[in-house]
Amino acid sequence: MPQRNAILGASPIRKEGRAKVLGAAQYTDDLALPDMWHGATVRSTVARGYIRNITFAHEVNWDEFCIVRASDIPGKNVIVHLMQDHPCLANGYVNHPDEPILLIAHPEKAALLRALKNIHIDYDELPGVFTIEESEAAVKALVEKNDDSRIIWPTPKADYEGGPNCFKTYEMYSGDAEKTETGLEAAFETADFIVEGEYATGAQEQLYIENNGVIAECFYTQQGEVESVCVRGSMQCPFYLVHALTLVFGLPDDKCRVIQVETGGAFGGKEDFPSVIGSHAALLAMKSKHPVKIIYDRAEDMAGTTKRHPSRTRHRTAVRKDGTLLGGTIEVTLDGGAYATLSSTVLSRATIHASGPYKWPHLRVRSKAMATNLPPHGAFRGFGAPQSLFGVERHMDRIAHTLGLTPEEVRRKNFLGTGDTTATGQPLVDKVDMQHMLTRALNEAGYHEKVARFAEENKHSLIKRGVGFAAFMHGTGFTGSGERRLNSLVYLDVLEDGLPQILVSSTEFGQGTNTILSQVAAQTLNLPYEDIRLAQPDTSVVPNSGPTVASRTAMIVGKLVERASLQMLETLRLQVHLPADHTREEFIAAAKAYRAQYGTLRASARYEPPAPIFWDDEKYRGDAYPGYAWAVYVAEVAVDMRTYMATCTRFDALQEVGKVMHPVLAKGQVEGGVAQGIGYALYEKCVWKDGHLANNQMTNYIMPTSADLPPIHVHFEEVPSIHGPMGAKGIGELPMDGPAPAIMNAIENATGISFCTIPLLPEDIFERVQSLGHPHGGTEDLDPSVDRDTRVEEVSA
Amino acid sequence: MSLVHLTINGENKSVEVPPMKRLLDVLREDLHLTGTKEGCGEGECGACAVLLNGELVNSCLIPALQANGTSLCTIEGVSTEGHLHPIQQCFLEKGGAQCGICTPGMILATQHLLNKYPNPTMEQIQEGLAGNLCRCTGYMRIFESVQEAAKLQNAGAGA
Ligand code: FES
Ligand code: FES
Repeated sequence: MPQRNAILGASPIRKEGRAKVLGAAQYTDDLALPDMWHGATVRSTVARGYIRNITFAHEVNWDEFCIVRASDIPGKNVIVHLMQDHPCLANGYVNHPDEPILLIAHPEKAALLRALKNIHIDYDELPGVFTIEESEAAVKALVEKNDDSRIIWPTPKADYEGGPNCFKTYEMYSGDAEKTETGLEAAFETADFIVEGEYATGAQEQLYIENNGVIAECFYTQQGEVESVCVRGSMQCPFYLVHALTLVFGLPDDKCRVIQVETGGAFGGKEDFPSVIGSHAALLAMKSKHPVKIIYDRAEDMAGTTKRHPSRTRHRTAVRKDGTLLGGTIEVTLDGGAYATLSSTVLSRATIHASGPYKWPHLRVRSKAMATNLPPHGAFRGFGAPQSLFGVERHMDRIAHTLGLTPEEVRRKNFLGTGDTTATGQPLVDKVDMQHMLTRALNEAGYHEKVARFAEENKHSLIKRGVGFAAFMHGTGFTGSGERRLNSLVYLDVLEDGLPQILVSSTEFGQGTNTILSQVAAQTLNLPYEDIRLAQPDTSVVPNSGPTVASRTAMIVGKLVERASLQMLETLRLQVHLPADHTREEFIAAAKAYRAQYGTLRASARYEPPAPIFWDDEKYRGDAYPGYAWAVYVAEVAVDMRTYMATCTRFDALQEVGKVMHPVLAKGQVEGGVAQGIGYALYEKCVWKDGHLANNQMTNYIMPTSADLPPIHVHFEEVPSIHGPMGAKGIGELPMDGPAPAIMNAIENATGISFCTIPLLPEDIFERVQSLGHPHGGTEDLDPSVDRDTRVEEVSA
Repeated sequence: MSLVHLTINGENKSVEVPPMKRLLDVLREDLHLTGTKEGCGEGECGACAVLLNGELVNSCLIPALQANGTSLCTIEGVSTEGHLHPIQQCFLEKGGAQCGICTPGMILATQHLLNKYPNPTMEQIQEGLAGNLCRCTGYMRIFESVQEAAKLQNAGAGA
C-alpha cells in the first residue's frame, strides 16, 4: 500500500529539537578551534567628533596582543549594506557612541578586559543630533542660516552622495500623482471632518538571548598573502556576510566562506549586524594568524548593535460623517541612526504598510529616514510595518471617536476586500475577507460583551478595564521587484542512502525553517518527515536561497523546495521508472539505481516571479508583495489608576496566513511575536544619553517575563494561497504588528485617554493624567487645547 | 588558584581554578559542559541556571569557591543515557523550545518547580519560571510543556 502522508498541517517535532532539549546543540560560544584567540572591540565614548589621539598605557604588555586599525584593512574600509557609507572601523572620525575604532585579540579572554581599560582615546568633539526633530532642525539651520554644524551625514569620509541628514525619501500616491493631489484637495474641501493625529514609537532591542558571536579563520598563500577567510557564527543571512567580506578583504566570493551555526534567536538583529562582527573577527584572524572568536557580552551587544527604528507618523484624513475615508495624507519618518545600513528598505515597508488594510480613494504617503548620532538602527521583526501600522490603527480609533462611531464601524466602512486595489495599485486577486475576520476576532475575544460590562464596572473602580483591537496586514517576501533581484536558488540532493537532503542558505534560529522545509519536501516526495535532512548553511556548499528575513522562507523558499522535489520525482519517474504513488522503499531503490547509473542526483529550483507581477520602483506603484497575511488582534487591558500601571490581561490573535503548515510552530510564532509586541507597547524603553544606550542591561531594559504575559489565544483562518507551497504564506513578522495599537486602543477604551506614543510606562501614564487634570481618568475632551498630541477640526457640514 | 570539589550530575570532579571564577565558566570552560548558557552574566535571564544542592541558581553569579563541596545538576544530567527526561520530551513535543538558548535553564527551572509542586497551578508555573527569560516563545508553549510534564510525571508516579 503506498503511504499518503499528511505531513503538512501536522506538527512533527522540530528537526533540531532533540539536541536543543538535551543541551547538546552547539552555539557559537560552545565551539573552539585549535590555537584560537579571543577578540574585543575598542569603541568610541563620544557621539560625534574627530579622533585626536590614541594612547596605549604602559601597564599592559602590548606585544602579547594583536591590534587592528582601519589602516590594516586590506580592501575597502566599509561594511556594505545597501550603500557604502558605513566604515568597518572608524578612521579618524566617529559618528555615534560605541562605534568600533580598534580591534584587539589575545590568547586569553581574561586579558582583554584589562587591555580595553588601558587604551585611551581623545576626541575633538562635534555637536550631535539625537532625535528626528533635532535632525530636522539641523537641516532647517542649513537651509535658513547656512549652518552645517549639525549635518552629520553624509559623513566627511563617505563617498555616498545623499541629502543632508536624510538617507532616503519616498513619495507614494494611490494613483496618478497629479490627479491624486487634485482629488485630495477636493476631499479635504468636501469632508464632514478632517482628523489629524501624530503617533510615535520608540527604539526596541531585539534581545535574542544569545548575544552576537562569531569565530573567524584566515588562510594564506605560500607567499604569505591572504588567500581566503572563513567565518562561523550566529546569523540569519550567510551570503550577506560573504558580500561584506569580499569588500573588506578585496577577495572574490568563493574565497569568503561563511557557515551559520546554531543561532540563539535573531528577530532581525542578526540580519545586518553579523557583517560587522564577522568582518572584525576576520581582520583579527588575518593579523594575528590565529582563529579568533568574538562574543559580545550583553552590555556591549545592547549598546553597540542595531535596534528597531524609532518613528513618527502623521495622519491628516478627510472623512464623511458615516466613517467613509475620502482621502488622506500620511507622513512617516524614521530615525535611522548614524549610517544608512538597511534604513531605506525598512522605510519602504513602513511606507507601503502606512495605509493599513483600507480603501483610500485618494492617498499620499511621504516618508523619510533621518540620520542621528545613535548607533545605526536596523532590522527587527516587522521591519517598518509595526511603526506605520501603529499610526494608522491608532488613527482609525481617533476617527471613530471624533465621529461618534465605534472603532468597528469605521473599519467596516473602509476595509479592503477581494477585487479591491491597495494603495500601491495592487489588485487583490486572492480572497480577502476582513469583514469576517473582524467578526470572528471580536467574537473569540468576547469584545462586545466586555465593552458594555467594563463601561459599567469602570464607573465604580480604580482599576479601569478596556478592550481594543487592530486590523492589519503584512506583505510576505521582499518588496516590489526584490524577489526577482534575489533570484533565489535551492538544491535537493539524494545521498548515498537513497534519501534526500535539502540545500539552502535559509537559516534556522528558532522560527522553524528546518522543520517546515523538511515537511514540504517530505509531503511532496511522499517520504516520512524523519527521512529529510538539511545541509548546514555553509556558503561553500549551499546555493543562495536568499536571506532569512521578510517572512519569506515558508512561502518563497518553501515553494522552491516543493518545485525541486517535484522535479526530483519527475527525474526518477522518467529515468529509473519510479512508480506513481511510490512507497519509501521504492523511492530509495529508484534513487540508488539512479545514482548507480548517472552518479549524483541533484534537483534544483530557481525563483520565478508569478506571471503578471508589476512593480515601478520610481513611482512606488504596482504589486508591492507577492502575498499578504491578514489579521485582527484584540487586546484586553487593566489600568490601575493608583499605580498607573497598564497590564494586558488577555490577548486574542486571529490571522489568515494561508495553509497553516505546522500548527504548533505557527502558534509559537504568533505567541512569541505578540509577547514582543506587548513589550514594545508597555515595557521596553531605550533610554538614550547623548546617543549611548544608558540602560544596556537586562536589569533595566525590561522585557516581559512569564509572570507579565496574559493568556494569548491564537486563532487561524485558513485560505490557501496560490503562491506558497501547498497554500502557505508568511507568518514570522505579522504578529509583531498588531499588539501595540490594539493595546493602546484598549487603554483608551479603559481610561478615555488617547495615548499616541509607545512605549507607555507607568510614569508616562502618570504624567499624562496629571496634565489632563483627571486623576481617575474619565472621558477625555477632544478639545485641541487639552489634547496636546493631536488636533481635530470639524469642517462645517 | 583554588582546588574546588564538585559533584556534577552524580560524578565527583575536582578543578583548580581562580576562586572567584564564575561557576558558569568553570562548567563551560574547565568541565566542557556547554549546555549551560550565558545570556546576560548578571543574574537576570536564567540561561545559566543549574540546580545546586537541589536549589535553582544562576551559575553566572556564583564564584567557584562558593560551590566547593556542592552537588550540581546541569542540563547534561537531566537525561539518562540519551533517553529524554519527560520534561525534555514535553518541551520537544509541545514547542517549548524554539531557538533553544533558554531551554537548558528553562528545563532545570521546570524540574525545580515540579519537585516543589508536582501539580502546579498556572500562577505557580508563571512565578516559578519568571527568572528565566525567553524571547522566542511568549512562554505559552512552555507553560503547556510544563503542564504536560506534570501530568506525565504524576501518571508515572501513580503507576
Ligand atoms: S547568564 Fe546568568 S542569569 Fe543570565
Ligand atoms: S527559545 Fe529562544 S529564547 Fe527561549
